[in-house]
This record gives sequence, structure tokens and C-alpha cells, in this order.
Amino acid sequence: MNDAYGPVPRKEDARFIRGKGRFVDDIQLPGMLYGAVLRSPLAHARVVSVDVANALAHPKVEAVITGETLTERNLAWMPTLSRDVQAVLATDKVRYQGQEVAFVVAQDRYSARDALELISVEYEPLPPVVDAKRALDPGVPVVRDDLPGKADNHIFDWEAGDQAATDAAFAAADVVVTQDMLYPRSHPAPLETCGIIADLDDISGKLTLWCTSQAPHAHRTIYALVAGVPEHKIRVISPDIGGGFGNKVPVYPGYLCAIVGAMMTGRPVKWVEDRSENLMSTTFARDFHMHGEIAATREGKILGLRARVLADHGAFNATAQPTKYPAGFFHIFTGSYDLPAAHCQVKAVHTNKAPGGVAYSCSFRITEAVYLVERMVDLLARELDLDPAELRMRNLLRPEQFPYTAPTGWEYDSGNYPRALRLAMDMAGYEQLRAEQAEKRARGEYMGIGISFFTEGVGAGPRAHMDILGLGMADGADLRVYPTGKAVLAISVQTQGQGHETTFAQLVAGELGLSPDDVEVVHGDTDATPFGLGTYGSRSTPVSGAAAVMVARKVRDRARIVAAAMMEVSADDLDWVNGRWQVRGDPEQSAGIAQIAMAAHGSLELPDGVEGHLDAETVYNPPNLTFPFGAYICVTDVDPGTGVVKIRRFIAVDDCGVRINPMIVEGQVHGGLADGVGMALMQVIAFDENGNCLGGSFMDYLLPTAMECPSWELGETVTPSPHHPVGAKGVGESATVGSPPAVVNSVLDALAPFGVRHADMPLTPAGVWSAIQGRPLRTDLAVS
Amino acid sequence: MMEISVTVNGTTYRREIEPRLLLIHFLRDDLRLTGSHWGCDTSNCGACVVWLDEIPVKSCTVLAAMADGHRVRTVEGLELKGAGEAGGGRLDPVQEGFAQCHGLQCGFCTPGMMMTARWLLDHDPDPSPEQIREAISGQICRCTGYENIVRAIQWASKHADGSDGSEAAQ
Amino acid sequence: MQVPAHVEYERATSVDHALGLLARYGPEARVLAGGHSLIPMMKLRLAQPETLVDINDLSELAGLGVTDGELRIGAMVRHAQLLDHAEAGELFAILHDAERVIADPIVRNWGTIGGSLCQADPSEDLSATFAALQATMIIRGLDGERSVAARDFHTGPYETVVRPGEILTEIRIALHPTIGPRTDPKTGPKTGGGPGSLRRGSAYQKVGRRVGDWPVGAAGAAVWLSDGTVAEVGIGLSAVGARHFSAAEAEDFLRGAPATAQAFEQAGQIAAEHCRPSSDQRGPADYKRHLARELTIRALDLALRRAQAAEPSGAERASGGPGGRPPGSNRTAR
Repeated sequence: MNDAYGPVPRKEDARFIRGKGRFVDDIQLPGMLYGAVLRSPLAHARVVSVDVANALAHPKVEAVITGETLTERNLAWMPTLSRDVQAVLATDKVRYQGQEVAFVVAQDRYSARDALELISVEYEPLPPVVDAKRALDPGVPVVRDDLPGKADNHIFDWEAGDQAATDAAFAAADVVVTQDMLYPRSHPAPLETCGIIADLDDISGKLTLWCTSQAPHAHRTIYALVAGVPEHKIRVISPDIGGGFGNKVPVYPGYLCAIVGAMMTGRPVKWVEDRSENLMSTTFARDFHMHGEIAATREGKILGLRARVLADHGAFNATAQPTKYPAGFFHIFTGSYDLPAAHCQVKAVHTNKAPGGVAYSCSFRITEAVYLVERMVDLLARELDLDPAELRMRNLLRPEQFPYTAPTGWEYDSGNYPRALRLAMDMAGYEQLRAEQAEKRARGEYMGIGISFFTEGVGAGPRAHMDILGLGMADGADLRVYPTGKAVLAISVQTQGQGHETTFAQLVAGELGLSPDDVEVVHGDTDATPFGLGTYGSRSTPVSGAAAVMVARKVRDRARIVAAAMMEVSADDLDWVNGRWQVRGDPEQSAGIAQIAMAAHGSLELPDGVEGHLDAETVYNPPNLTFPFGAYICVTDVDPGTGVVKIRRFIAVDDCGVRINPMIVEGQVHGGLADGVGMALMQVIAFDENGNCLGGSFMDYLLPTAMECPSWELGETVTPSPHHPVGAKGVGESATVGSPPAVVNSVLDALAPFGVRHADMPLTPAGVWSAIQGRPLRTDLAVS
Repeated sequence: MMEISVTVNGTTYRREIEPRLLLIHFLRDDLRLTGSHWGCDTSNCGACVVWLDEIPVKSCTVLAAMADGHRVRTVEGLELKGAGEAGGGRLDPVQEGFAQCHGLQCGFCTPGMMMTARWLLDHDPDPSPEQIREAISGQICRCTGYENIVRAIQWASKHADGSDGSEAAQ
Repeated sequence: MQVPAHVEYERATSVDHALGLLARYGPEARVLAGGHSLIPMMKLRLAQPETLVDINDLSELAGLGVTDGELRIGAMVRHAQLLDHAEAGELFAILHDAERVIADPIVRNWGTIGGSLCQADPSEDLSATFAALQATMIIRGLDGERSVAARDFHTGPYETVVRPGEILTEIRIALHPTIGPRTDPKTGPKTGGGPGSLRRGSAYQKVGRRVGDWPVGAAGAAVWLSDGTVAEVGIGLSAVGARHFSAAEAEDFLRGAPATAQAFEQAGQIAAEHCRPSSDQRGPADYKRHLARELTIRALDLALRRAQAAEPSGAERASGGPGGRPPGSNRTAR
């Protein structure tokens, strides 16, 4: 294990604990103006007229932008990450409650807000499409009548696996269990909302954007394509970002409006959304109506798995995932099990809701896939009257099966699954818990033990298979070593709290025999960093981390050449020992990077292969995804009289390969586990029949606090990735993927004596009680 | 417009403001003390917690006018300053605890959490984990899952005099 | 973050000054106490007063203690103050039960009892609490003071009997039950023994979707026991559409009845039958009705256990006495 790896305290903390972080809303530029967005109160309506005269007359208003203004600039519509188009400001219709209709630019944020009330919009309400299950019914209104020839709300059909083989497996099975289940619409809700400052220098033509962006280079390219500003004149800076979780991947209409506002006024324009805008209009997550079927022998050997999914994409298809995978990586839904046949179909539809779907640490829909398979396995266990841990043990992939090719094409790189599950069970005291459960049931007390075993596929992705909007998902790294031996690493991903400034320094330090303190990590500024597709899908460590390692090795190889010249030996006579190039057989003769760097910059005659410095750059094209995995166990206590669920314990064993900074890894896991509590018990963006969004504030979109979260109990196994340069896999989303099924399985396990088979998230007190009565609630739609 | 006089972190500021100005905006936009943040519209998230007369409040739900004649303490005033020091004083044990225990990731909720932690420890130097969780139950963190925040506050409680020369968070 | 519309601001230096300001600025002026009900409404522009009259300096409204056989709570008492007040909690545990689950600790630092009551949200926990305690509200105007029973204080969602130009100044809770309007004047209260032998217990039970949430349903109960009989009882309900935040029919059933599990079950049932919950994001109506029953029973059970553990309240003092305050009951107003 590399000396540079370990629980090194974070460099970034120094500014945050002093309140000296620099978030977008902290930044003030001279002459800066403030933007505000007027949004539609209706889910579906024709826009008859937009009258901005009174707003323009407000003494503090500098500009008002409408769909008409943007149409003149060919900017009323913009491409989405799924090759659809999205309205920047509404022209013909509004298609979801909260859609952007006008943009005000004023001297201060309070006046901007006041001016919104001075804009009059005349709407002609239209019946909205709210229930995804009815979106394809005949006669239902067409949401996307802006698309030529569009006559329905269908977006795409997609399938994976072998239908014939799966049908055969089901036909031969002793037992088939089916279940409908919803992964409700949720929202990442980072604590800092989305925002931008657009600053156009009218002399040089340089457009500088400070933006809450998880993908600054991708944004730069998109603005170049859309806004007519040449790409070399655009600089995107992601300063400190208060959480991303996928919410800050897309380009939002407010960003474009701020840019246009800066162009119109000649002054910097800041736009930062408020929380209701964030929840109602920025990229939501999930909203998969799933039908699962599992086939098995009576002894509990799983033979096949089927899934049919109805995906609610909202008004525009703006999901962010590689082009070839419109349903993301959902087809990894065979999960962690050795099963021979599987087939899935995903049908996507438009509704009158905000666009999105891929967000919130979903690893491109793996959250949905893992939820489906882990619920089906639990239902199968119940059907067969087998302990759910035992059923899993019988079907988990065995270590000797790796690398493993799943029925839907995934090549899992490495794993020892039974060991992880056994460790989680030991940590939990599984057998004692089952005994306690039996004893409590006899007394009329109800506790549940829920298991989730998940496999993730992260680190998108190989160029040949994965691109977003035609941009490959490789990542670059530039490493410079200054004459005094200090290094600066510029990477293309940037951090929203994951600690890259520390872990990437550790990676480079580990390759060069430096201290992490000697390595500065530069990120977030497109003028100073190489191109890359951004931070999401847990890709930083597997892709950008690999790039950092590879570039450091290039530097090390150049250093070898220089060292050989310094010590007047052949490069082949040198070995890398304890962070230094050492002459074989003569340990006294060695040189460290600092010395070598100085020599490279000096007057030493340099041989071929080195040009006067050690600096190097690289682009890393990952050969495959990496496959972190984990075994989670959740213990709950349920009060059947009220439906209140208390999470007593949560045991999480994670395997993310080699751990560069275990302290940071654990922090990532803790955060994701809280997501599971939230999604399983309280979080949902629901709608009423009129398309009103019922989750537009933190009073109704409830997030877990310290009181709902237990003290997490973490364990680890380490199964290095065979193809990653240091064997690391990435862990950012693992816990968000794995935890909701553990909580749901736990609650339903508690409710088993009441005959409850399934109930959808969120399992609020009302939801739990209703399930006990035999009347499970529909959680996504409030139907009166 | 009206004039207010507010003492923030020991310095008295006299400013002309609109009566509707929220205290969080006064601190951030007028006084440029951007260490306190805002994250919601409905007084739920607690990113804005500061002290008003030694009591933690949600400054998004207080008018700057209400602070007229009163004292405010923000994260920028958490460091223990020496006499005559302009800035960069010794870290409060709460700040050290957050750095030592990885109690922050993105840093956005951190100032509010630390202000509540400081108040809690001033009133109860040895709180249990349950008491700590209840004390921060009005504040949301999206990154840490709260475990390390609890540990950070426990660290501060055990190291009330700081970490004895540690340079951990310089 | 959303921000309020333009508003004028005045700071009151006394109650009379505040009343004068309210009179001057008319019905579009609002009292600003802790602001934690009003300011959120102003930010969402659901409330747009023209003038705010800040009463935070009025320490005379922040008293908290026992006087003349009543626990008196000033309207400017902060939630945290009430939760922290040992004597209030000993006298009426329901107050601490309820305060512990209202909002969150930071909001409780600044929000006030009076502010919450005057906001008059149909899910307000304190409205049910004071209904259960059969409290009295003191309202002051330029023409003097008047008192209104807690149960008559609210006239509808977000509506109270406080008129423009008036301020709620105090909430008073009698330590010993008095013959109230619900007792048949012909037969008198169905109790045996005088107030000296009564044991008092109270409790609050709330279900929320998460800590700090408004209740999905909540019930508060205060019982005075005479031996094994319910001498007097108050049941308050929040968020379930109970008239006057109370379960009067259930109270009538229990008054004079033996304090048994069966009687409490029946009381819960009656309480549930008489409320009118509506379905919303927090839950469907049938669930809320179930909670009305379930939580009434649980609140009564806990109140009973506390009453059984209590000293007979007559041992403290007779009502209407000189009212010497026990030590520690003087809390400095903020």
C-alpha cells in the first residue's frame, strides 16, 4: 500500500472552516446586475402574450428578456444532453409548472424580485399530462407539439438482454414472482442552489462565467455551439460548489439568460436561483415505474429476471447519460447475481413536469436497477420462505467467476461478494437480530432487518462506447514540476466536496515520492485545466484519478532519463526505490524528483526524450467501467399504531478497490447512506392532477436530519480493479445506490406479519399505516 | 430607507438599509461577510445560522432592522483573535474539530453547524451524541450524513483548549 | 432565496406605544414578534403588510411564572424559553412535550408563543396544547384588556379574534380546574372531593413525517384525577380538523368516568368521530382520523401515568391564595 495513501486531512478545509469558501453567490463584480426568472404557474398552457412594459419602467430594471427576445437571437431553444431541445424562455407554450417565461435584469436582487410582479403573462390553460401511466392513452394532449409531426408523448423504447432466452427460463421455472414498484421522482437538492455570473468583456470579446457547474469544459463547448461565442473566448470557472449530486451537470435556461443579459447590458449579470426554483425546474431524479419479474427453482436458484419500465422524463428529454444508453445503465439490473437470462425494456414518455431524470448519484440509473433487483430478490425469499441473506448467498457471483460478463453485456472487473455479505452479517450480528425479531413479534413489537447487495458500474467511460452529445468521456491531466520540486496538477474534473484537492495530490505524491503537501491541484477553471467531461457518475477516481496517475508516471519516466544523465549511468540501470531513482546495486547513488527537476531546468545536457523539464500531459481513455460493490444491512423498528419508522442501525460494507484516502471514502459513504434514509422514508416530488408540483420547498420536500440518521457502522473489503492504474474504483454514489433498498426491505420485513408484500417509497407514517390496512398509497400523484 | 447600527464580530457597522432587508443579505451583500450562506426559502435548512445576541438564529428569517442595536456573531468571528489582531487568529476548537474529523465536505452547511456547535458547547460542555444530533436537527447537510459532524463536535468538547500546537488546518 | 416586498418598520418601546403605532398605521400594519411565522410568509409574498411594529423590546410581555394560581406565559416568551423553564414543565408536562417537537431548536430560539398562536395555522401544536389546558388568552387594545378562552381564540384557518389594533399579551393556565362552560350548571362538575386531592398529569403526542415537520396528527391531554376518577380533562387535537382544536365530546364522556384503558379507548374513538380531517401531502383523511383516535389514547395514557406519579396538587397551595412563587420560577424575559 502506497505511503502517500491514508487518512490525510483535507487541504480544502482551511478555507471552509474559516468561512472563506468562494461560492458563486459570494462573488461580486464591479457594476454587477442581478437576474430573476419569471416562471409559469401552470403546468400546461398556451402563452398568449407577455407584457413587460411595467417591468421595464421600474427604475432599477436594466433589461427584460422574453422568448421573443431570444428568438431574435436564435436562442429561444437550446439542445439538451439527450439531443432533444428545451425552451430557454417559453414561446408557444409552457410545458411544466415552473418553466422559465421571462428574465429580468435589475440593479439589486430585491428589485429583480419586485420586477417579476410587474410582468403580465396571459395564459390559455390546457389540460396537463401528469400521470405517466396515462401519457400514451389515446386522445391525451401532446406535450411536445413543438416537434414537427409529433403526435404523442412517446420518447423512445429501449431494450437489453435476450428476450427468447429469458422467456424460456421463465417457462422452465418452479416459481415466478412479479411486482410493480415505483422509484419516485426525487431531487438531489444540494444545499447551494444553481447559479451563474456572466461577464462579457466587450473589448476582447471574452465571456467569463462563474458557474455552479459539475462539467465546466462541457458547458464551455455547449455555449460555443449555442450562444455564438467562439470557444476560445469562453472561460468557465467552477469556484467552490456547495454540493452537486448531478444537479449541477446540465446547462439551465437561467444560465443562458444571464449570458444574454450580460450581452444586452454590457455589465456582469448574476443569477442564483432560489430553492423553489431548484426543486421545481432543475434536473429531478428517478421517476421509474417498474414492473419486475423473477424466476427461480424451488431451491432458490435464480433463473431469470425481467423488467419493464415506464420512464417519466418530464416535458423535455434532458437526461444526461452516454448517447448509446438512453436509459442509462439500467440494464445492469441483474445486479450481483449469477443468473443466466435477463431482459429489460424501457419506454420513456413526456409529461407536463420538469425535465431530467438522471441525477442524484444515480450512476446513470443504477439506483433504479439495484432497487428493482434487490426488491425482487427479497420478494422471492418471502415466496420461498427462505432467509433473504441465505437466498442471496446462494446466488451471489463467486470470486472465481470474475471478470464476469453479465447477460446484458457488462464486464464486471473484480469482486468477492460472499465475503462482503458475510462481513456485513457478522458486523450486524445477523443471527441474533433474527432471534430478537422473532421474540419481539411474539410480543407484538415489529422490527425489520433489510439487506441490499449492490454492484455499481462507474467511471464512464470508454470512448468507443460512451459519449455525451458527441463528446468523449475521457479525461485529461497536466502535471508540471517546478525547479524546486513542487508539482502542480491540473485536472479536468472538479470537486463539489469530494476532496479532490487532497486525494489527487495523494495520487501524484504516491507516484513521485513527494509529500501531498508538495502537490497543488488545480481544477474548475477551463482556462487552466485540460478538457474533460466533468464530475458525476463517480467517475473522478476511476477516470481522472487514473489520468493523474498516468501523467505522474510519464513525469517519473522522464525523470529517469534525466537522473541517468545526472548520475552518468544508463536509464536501464535505475530502479524506482522508496520514491527515488536509484542505481541498481549502489543505493548511495540516487536522486529524488526535486533534485531531478532542478537538473532538468538547468544546464545539464539532456538526452533524447526530455525537452528541458519533466512536465507531461495525458488523456486517459478508460478501458472499461470499474465495479465497486457493497453489502448493506438496515435494522428498523416500526410502530404499527402510527406507521412511524425508526432506523435503529445501518451496517454498510463497501468495496471500492484500493482506498486512496479512507477518511474521505467513509465520508462519501456516510453521505450516501443518509440519502437512503431520505428516499426511503420521506423524499418525493409529487404532483396533483393539475400538474402542481407538491415538492417545491423544504417544507414538503423533506430531507433527513441528524435525528433520522443512525450512527453509521462501516466495514470494508478491498478488491482492486485489475484495469485501473492503482486499483481504485470510485465510491461517490455507492451508498446512494445501495441504501434505499436496504431501508425499504427492512420496513417491509417488519410489516411481513401484517401480510404487506410491498409499498412504495417514501414510506411515510401514512404510507406505512395504509400498507398495513391493505391500502398502500400511490406516492407520486395526489389524486382526489 | 432607515439607518441601523449593528455590531458584528466586535465591529460596529452603521448602514442605510431598506426595512425589508434580511439579516443574511445584510451580512453577505452589505458587509461582505460571505461565510454565512443561504439554501432555502422556508427557514428549514439552517445554512444561515448566526448568533444574534449570543443566540443562534436563522438569519434568513430575521430582518436586519431587528438587529439594530444588537450584536451578531458569524463564522468569521469564531476564531480566537489576539489583542489587536486583524485576522487569522487561533482556530476555535470547533473549527479544529471539523477539520480533524472530516466534518465537512462541500463546506456549505459548515459555518451554520459550527455556530450551533459553539453555542451548544458553551452551554453544555459534554453533550451526548443524542444531544448533539438534536441540537443540529434544524440544519441540513447533504454531504456528510452527519456522523462526522457529531464526531467533530465531540472532538471539540474533549479538546476545549484546542489541539495543543496542531497545525492541521493551516 | 425569496425576499419580502417593501415594508415600513417601527420599533415599539412599550405596549402602549405599540398599540398607538398599530392604531396609526391601521389594518395593514402587523405586529412583528419573533418573525418566524410572519417573515416566511412575507418572503413568499403570501403576506404583504405595509408596516411592521417590532415588539421584541417589550420585556413586559416576556414574563413566565405562576401568579394567583395560574401559570402565566407572556406572548413574547420564546419557544426555547418555555422549553427550558423547569417549573412550567413540572406543572404541565404537555408544554414541554409539545415544545420539544415544534419546529427545530434554532427556530425555537427566536419564534414566540404569541407569534405561533396568532399565525393560527390549523396544524399549530400550541393551539391544541392550550386547548387541552383550557387556557385563557389576554388581548390588549387601546380601550383595555379582554380575555378569551383558548378554545374561542381561533375562528378559522389563519384567523383569530385578535382585531387590528390589538395585541395578544399573555396566555394563562389555571393550575386547578375551574367549572368551565362545558359542565352542566345544574349538576355541577362530576367530581368527588375538592381541588386539594386532585393529581394532575398532561402529555402531548405528535406524529410528523420528520422531526420539525408540522403534525400529520397530534393530540394533547390534561387530566386531573380524583382517586381513580377523571375529575377534569382537556383534550386538544391539531391538524385533524377538530373544532376549536379540541375534542369536547370526548371530554364530556370522560369527565367523571373511571380512568381506565377502556374509557380512554372510547374517548379516543369519540374524538376521532368528531374531527374532520382532510387528505393532503401528509396523509389521507382515514389515516388522520385514525391518528386522532390513537394519539388521544396515548396522550391520555401518558397523562394518567404522570398524574398517578404526581403529588396531589392541593398540597402546593389553594387556588386564589397569596401566590408566593416557588424558587426558580422567575425567568428573565428576553
